[in-house]
Parts: sequence; C-alpha cells; structure tokens
Amino acid sequence: MPEPARVGLLITCLVDLFRPNIGFAAVALLERAGCTVEVPRSQTCCGQPAYNSGDSADAKAIARQVITAFAGYDYVVAPSGSCAGMVKVHYPELFADEPAMRARAEELATRTHELVSFLVDVRGMREITARWPKRVTYQDACSGLRELGVKPQPRLLLASVAGLRLVEMPGAEVCCGFGGTFCVKYPEISDKMVGDKAAEIAASGAEAVLAGDLGCLLNIAGKLLRLGIRIEARHVAEVLAGMTDAPALGAPGR
Amino acid sequence: MQPTSHAFRENARAGLADPVLQRALGLARTGFPARRLQAIGRLPEFEALREEGRRIKDETLAALDFYLQRYEQSVVAAGGRVHWARDAAEARDRVLEICRAAGARVVAKGKSMVAEEIALNDHLEQHGITPIETDLGEYIIQLRHEPPSHIIAPAIHLMKEQVAETFRAAHAALDPARPLAEPRQLCEEARTVLRPRFLAAEVGITGANFLVAETGSSIIVTNEGNGDLSQILPRVHIVLAGIEKIVPTFEDAATLLRLLARSATGQEFSTYTTVSTGPRRVGDLDGPDEYHVVLLDNGRSAMLGGEFHAMLRCLRCAACLNHCPVYAAVGGHAYGWVYPGPMGAVLTPALVGLREAGHLPNASTFCGRCESVCPVKIPLPNMMRHWREREFADGLSRRAYRSGVRIWAWLAQRPRLYHALAEAAGRLAGWFGRPRGRFRSLPFASGWTLVRDMPAPQGSTFQSLWSRRRGERQTWWRKGSSS
Amino acid sequence: MAQRVVELSARDDILAAIRRGLGRGALPADRAAALDARLAAHKRNLVPARAAALDRRGRIDLFVAMAEEVQATVARVTAAADVPGEVARYLAAENLPAELVMAPDPAIDAIPWHERPLLQIRRGKADVADAVSLTPCVAAIAETGTLMLASSAAAPTSLNFLPDTHIVVVRAGQVVAGYEDGWDLVRDQTGEKPAAMPRTVNFITGPSRTGDIEQRIELGAHGPRRLHIVLIDPPPLPPVGAGQGDGDAAPVA
Repeated sequence: MPEPARVGLLITCLVDLFRPNIGFAAVALLERAGCTVEVPRSQTCCGQPAYNSGDSADAKAIARQVITAFAGYDYVVAPSGSCAGMVKVHYPELFADEPAMRARAEELATRTHELVSFLVDVRGMREITARWPKRVTYQDACSGLRELGVKPQPRLLLASVAGLRLVEMPGAEVCCGFGGTFCVKYPEISDKMVGDKAAEIAASGAEAVLAGDLGCLLNIAGKLLRLGIRIEARHVAEVLAGMTDAPALGAPGR
Repeated sequence: MQPTSHAFRENARAGLADPVLQRALGLARTGFPARRLQAIGRLPEFEALREEGRRIKDETLAALDFYLQRYEQSVVAAGGRVHWARDAAEARDRVLEICRAAGARVVAKGKSMVAEEIALNDHLEQHGITPIETDLGEYIIQLRHEPPSHIIAPAIHLMKEQVAETFRAAHAALDPARPLAEPRQLCEEARTVLRPRFLAAEVGITGANFLVAETGSSIIVTNEGNGDLSQILPRVHIVLAGIEKIVPTFEDAATLLRLLARSATGQEFSTYTTVSTGPRRVGDLDGPDEYHVVLLDNGRSAMLGGEFHAMLRCLRCAACLNHCPVYAAVGGHAYGWVYPGPMGAVLTPALVGLREAGHLPNASTFCGRCESVCPVKIPLPNMMRHWREREFADGLSRRAYRSGVRIWAWLAQRPRLYHALAEAAGRLAGWFGRPRGRFRSLPFASGWTLVRDMPAPQGSTFQSLWSRRRGERQTWWRKGSSS
Repeated sequence: MAQRVVELSARDDILAAIRRGLGRGALPADRAAALDARLAAHKRNLVPARAAALDRRGRIDLFVAMAEEVQATVARVTAAADVPGEVARYLAAENLPAELVMAPDPAIDAIPWHERPLLQIRRGKADVADAVSLTPCVAAIAETGTLMLASSAAAPTSLNFLPDTHIVVVRAGQVVAGYEDGWDLVRDQTGEKPAAMPRTVNFITGPSRTGDIEQRIELGAHGPRRLHIVLIDPPPLPPVGAGQGDGDAAPVA
C-alpha cells in the first residue's frame, strides 16, 4: 500500500446532480486505496460546456476557480474521463497565453487523474474485493480513452469482481453520440449514433453496460430505456465499490 | 462547386433517412478501420513515422516560401513551367489558357480535390472543353452529376445497383441485355469506355499528393493507373496542386508515402506511385511535350502561423473520415462541399468562410478518433473548437445556445447559489422522476427526450448529502483545510 | 505580356502572404544556405527495419512474398537464357497470344529471344492494340514488393500502363531494401540534375485495381490486370574451400 494521500474529489456536475451514488462509490474506493478524501465546496463545474461552446472567457473564469479550489491536495480525482481530461489536458491549453496561470494549470494537471486509472496506475491497485455476478460490457468513454489512456485499468479491476463476466463489444471505442451540447444541437445524428450503440450493446449478450463517464451513461441508458431494452447501466465505480443496491440508471425507486 | 454547408442539418437529415446510403456507409465504416489496423500492425515503426511525418511537414511549412521557390527553379530546370494562382478564379484561368493554347477539346482528368475546389470542370465545359474524369469513382459521379462524398473514394455513397443504372443510362450504345450486376462487370465496362478517351485527350490534368522541391517533381498516388494514362498519353500535362503539397526531398516524400496508403486504405503501398519531372526528355518515345504546374493558394497562406496552421500538414488520406462516427452516420454530401469529415470541418470554414460552413466544426462530439488516426497528428478537435470560439466571439452561434452556456457559466462561478439551485432541481426532478425512474419527455430538453428517456436524478445532490454526512456547516472557501 | 505580369504579381503576392503568416521577411541568406544544404544532403528519415535488417537472400525472398501478396505473379529462373522460355510458358498458361511489345533496352536485348522464334516481338512504345508488354526495371523494392521503373529512350512508360499484361524482368542483384535505395540509383545515373532525371519514375506494387464500387477490389481498372515478374536468380556460387572437408563452411547466399 503506497503512502497515505490527501485527495480532493472533483465530483463533476453530472454526478453531483444526477447520481451521488457514484460520488460515494468513488470515496469508498479512494479510501480503500489509502486516501483521505475531501470535497471542496467551491467546485461546481470543470467548465467543459463553456469551453466546447467556444466561450473561452467563461471557461477560463471557471478554470481559475477550480485551480484555486484544488490547491494543496496531493491528488485531484474525478469519476469522469472528460472532466479529468478537461483539467489535465485542456486547462494548460486554455491559459497558453497567460504564463502565470498556465504554470498553475500545468501544476494542477500533474496531480489530476480519472478515478479508475488513478487507483490502478498511481495507487497500484490490481484487484478489488467485490461481487456482481452479471454478464457485463464496457463502453470506453472517448475523453478518458484518447486523452488519458483509460482502457486496461477498468478491465483489470473488473476481472477481479467475483462472478462478473466481461463481454467486449467490437465498437467499444466508438463514440456513443453524447458529446455534451452535440446531442441537443444535432439530435438526429446523436440518435443514430446512440441507436447503433444500443443495438451493439444488446447484441453483445450483456445484462449490464458500464462506463466511466456519467454523460455517456445517461445517453446510453436513456436510449436503452426508450427502446425497451432491459440492460442496466451503471458507472463502473458503483460496481467496483460494491454499491449496486441503488437502482440502475433510469430504473424506478430510491 | 457551390457550397451548401449552411444546409448541413437538412443535408444530414436526408442522409440519415436514405437507406441505400446507410447501407453503403455501413460497408465503409467497418472496412477501412480494420484494414488500417492490420496494416499498421505489420509496421512496428508506424508511430515513430507519424512523428517524422509531422516534423517534416512542420519544417517545410516554416520555410514554405523558400521551398516553393526552390521547387519552381527545379521545375524550370527540368523543362516545365510553374503558374501561381492566388484564388480559384486565377487557377481556372491559368488552366483554361494552357488548354486553349494546346487546342484542347478533350481533357483527361485524374482525381484532384483541388480541381473540385476551384470548380474546374464547369469552367472548362462553359468554354467548350470536355473534361473526362478517369478515376472510376469520379467518372461515376460525373455521370450522375453528383459531387464526391469522400476524398479518396468519391462514389463510396453508392451501391452497385446504382452504378449499374447509371452506366446503362450513360452508355446507351452498348447492348441493353448485357449483365451489369457485379463490380467486375462494371469495372470492365468503365475501362473499355474510358480507354479511347485517354487517347483522344490533348491535355491531361492530375492533382499531386506531393511536390518535391529538390527535383521539381510531382508525385501522384493511384490504384487504377488512370492518373498515369492521363499524363503520359496527352501532349500536355497540367499538375494542379495546393501550395502546401511541397516537401523538401524525395526521402521526405518516401516517409510520408509510408504513412499515406496505410492510413488511407490499409494497403502497404498504393499500386501506382508516380514521380513526374518535366516534359518528355530528348529521345523518349512517349510522354507529354509540355509540363505545367498550377500552384493554388486560395486561402492556404492565410492559415500559416495562425490557429489552423497544422491543418496545412494534411495528406488528404481520409483516415479521419473513415474513423469519424458523424461521417459514418450522415455521409460526405451532408458537409456540402469538397472536403467532408473532420478535415473538412476544419478546412471548409477556412476556404469558404465561417458564415457558410459554421455547422461543420459544430457537428462533432470531439471524440478524438480523427486526431488519433491522423498520420501527421493534426489536432483536429482543437481546431474545430477554435472555429467555435470565433463563432462565439462574432456572435454567429445561435442565441439560445449562447445564452444557455453563459447562464450556466454565470451560475458555475457562484458556488453557493449553484449548489442551492442544484439541490432544489435535484430534489424536484427526483421527486417527480423517481417513481418511474425516468422522464419520457421534458419540456426544455425536447432535443433529448424526442428520441431517448432521461434517467431521473436520485434526489439530493452529492454536495448536500456529503455535507449532511459530514454533519457540518459548509465553508465556502477552503484554503487547503478540511471541508 | 499582361498575363505574365499577372502571374508575376500572383507569385509575389503569394510569397508575401506566406511571409506575413510566418511573421518574417524573406529568409536570411545563412538560413537559406542551411536549407539548401539540407536539400543537397537529402538525408534519409527513419527507415523501417523490415527489409533493411535482412541479408541479400532475405530481401529477395521478402520481395517475392510481398509482390505475390498484391497479386503479382513471380517466376524465378536461374539465368537470363531461361527468360524467353518462361515468357512463352506464361503466355500459353494465361491463354494469351505469343506477341509482345518490348522496351528497346540493351539488357533486355541481350536475352536470347531468338531461342523462342514463335514469340512475336516488337520493340518500342505501347499501342492501344498491344496486349502484352515486357520491360526491365531500375530496382525491386523488398519492403513492399514494389517495382521501380524509370522512363528513358530505352524504356517508354506507356509499356507499363497500356497493355493488359505487363511482364517485368528483374535481376536478383536489383533487389534493394527500400524506396530510398532505389531513388539513389536514379540519382547516381542522373547526377541529381532535374533536367537529367527521368520524365517518369513509376513505383508499381501489383496490378491495377479499384475498390470504388462497394469496396470490392477488382483488378485491371485502367492499368494492367496482370503483372508478371520474371526474377533472374542464379544459384549461389560454391564457397571457396567447399568440398575439402571443412565441416563448418556454409554456402554463401
């Protein structure tokens, strides 16, 4: 077990609003990995919606807030590849013309990680004690995959979940069509992409689909539900932390 | 061709609703990526070559004026002529002059995206000169009066039945009872019909994948050999190329060629890679008497040194198109101009303006697959984002989105208010939504709920639950102390 | 005259626009000299090990394997004297008439074609009516099974494209590792002057093909649908001292 570490949890706006369960699963996992977890209250959003809409002024303002909020933690961890990617990859780009801020952004970037890759690559976790006897397929959320290299780590930990069997989709690395504002700006195209994704998930024979990003999961779960396909969608952290009592995404109940 | 990129939404809708197009796209979107993966799997140095390719292109662009001048000197030394064209109109004029001076009635054309860009064919036809497309895909779409839908496979949007229908209509002199059900038969027919056209042409026009400064050569890459027949049989050979096609030496071209075919079609090397240098030499038994190169700017120099500089590295391999989920959903015609897919989303606004082409860089999820397969590592999503920044700054994006984003950003900078509102929204939506677990429709999110359900929030936000769990009142600023 | 003025000003404008974009004037003389030196040195970039790391025999075998992979056919003969027989055999096997148009190349002429008097041979460039051509090549590139051919008075390019069947005679000694090796041969011959370069250098990898219809590959789009390579690969000479009881000596490839 590596040195104890103080982690600032970047909760992400979607997890905060839609599915706190994921946040608590992340905390449990981080504590299991020998970290103490704090949740800076002054965080709201990583600024990605503004950034990807071309509103770089607002994106910078939000980024400054995040950089300040997470000063002093050993690590900053987010249960989301896209939010972690925003901080790690895009904050330094945002401040390319402001050397002082860029230095602070680069410093924060060195401490920032996506959750599952943090557990495996930084904390050295190789297996987890959990049980979830289901046939599961995994969607590689784009930012986590391509900006942060998140691919083998969730599979490594899922392999040790008792009873869980992973069936891979051929198109696991193909975008689900969420893309933030894309899905509402170009709904027919997004629908085609998520429709294809739902069909592929169904064809895989899986009973559940997991991913590391709630945006993708909301998109996929929403389509599966609309199509009447009974495959449950959850965040991978919930399964790894053994917190699968809560209803799956979009399922009724508390 | 006249851009219709402003109608991207409608074009995309039409593409999504077209079952034949969808079948054709289905073939392409699994085929190309698999073949590329197989090819790069056989070349351990592929990743290192990508970095070399990027370096070669960047070094060349940093001295583009120098290399263009050296290129011109080499072309002239080899007995050719270089013509410089600032824009599409000048390029059309230069080509027309050369054709007229050659007394051309028929021009054989190899595939050239630049020729599409400057709308050369229409111009020639208006002046009584007949251009014959010799690339099979270009020939098919020429017959159908359609634009290309892909930069290396122009007819990729068609199924064989449509091609057969087109050939039956266009080749009326042939036996109507002949079988045309198989690609084999269609290719044979095209070969037979086009062969005499090569021989009749007084002028051959090719594009160029690379222009080599060291020797004044142009390099084209084909699988069919049509570009070759177009340039060795006619009396006059015109090369039409953008100024960014320059590379310093043959060795530099060789490196880029190692990346090109593997990235484009998954081949080890294209069937014909042809290096042409000037007109025929004394004693040669064949080859053109005249060699002309028309160098086109048309907005490229304006991209140098700015946010879109890296786009000038583009090899036109189409790997980005082949891996783009948006292109795979809507096809190339939706983009409304010559250059579709991710490279088109970046290049088109630069060449025809943001007002016309603004949709293109917006219709992306930034999944990043394009950048990951680009042989010269062009940061395509970043550049699409730069276009979005310009739109936002110029007030060109739709008011509803601008307002929505700004309101969200305003709230996000006010954590106390944000958390209170989020808690209220979460509880409200949770209260309504929990019994069923999801919403089938939401008044302000119809774009979403038209086609999918919205899972209901769990209720209270994480922040509220966390602070309740902690049992403490919150401090709004933390300076490295526990919260 | 007016046209020339327009062209000159277009050139000046474009160069000026490039310099504006790059944030500088024309390159200073020392920088230009450095770039000229780079051009003259034409240094190789990273060359894949695939062919470069092989020995002579390995390269020949790789060339054959890669060429066959792209639907070229390869026939190995042991001497130039065997070439006419192989050509006659090939044409008969493909049900083609025993007629061909040949590059008027001295090395090709040195092959004893008279031993196959039934082969009707014309020397010169290709005509529409020609069904089969035969040419030499400059080099055979092992890396991808690619033939390198250069135009000259003795090697008209139309031979490579007009006929349906193209036969290329390759000597084993012409097999090189990569494209750069082939290009150096051209440079050696032409002294690196653009005017002395061949008008056309073709790198040919298999017969003509297209995938433009439903991505199905069809051979013989516009160029030849058959590419037949006759590889003159003499057996290795016995090593000096073999057969004298030196058990460790291995034949030299």
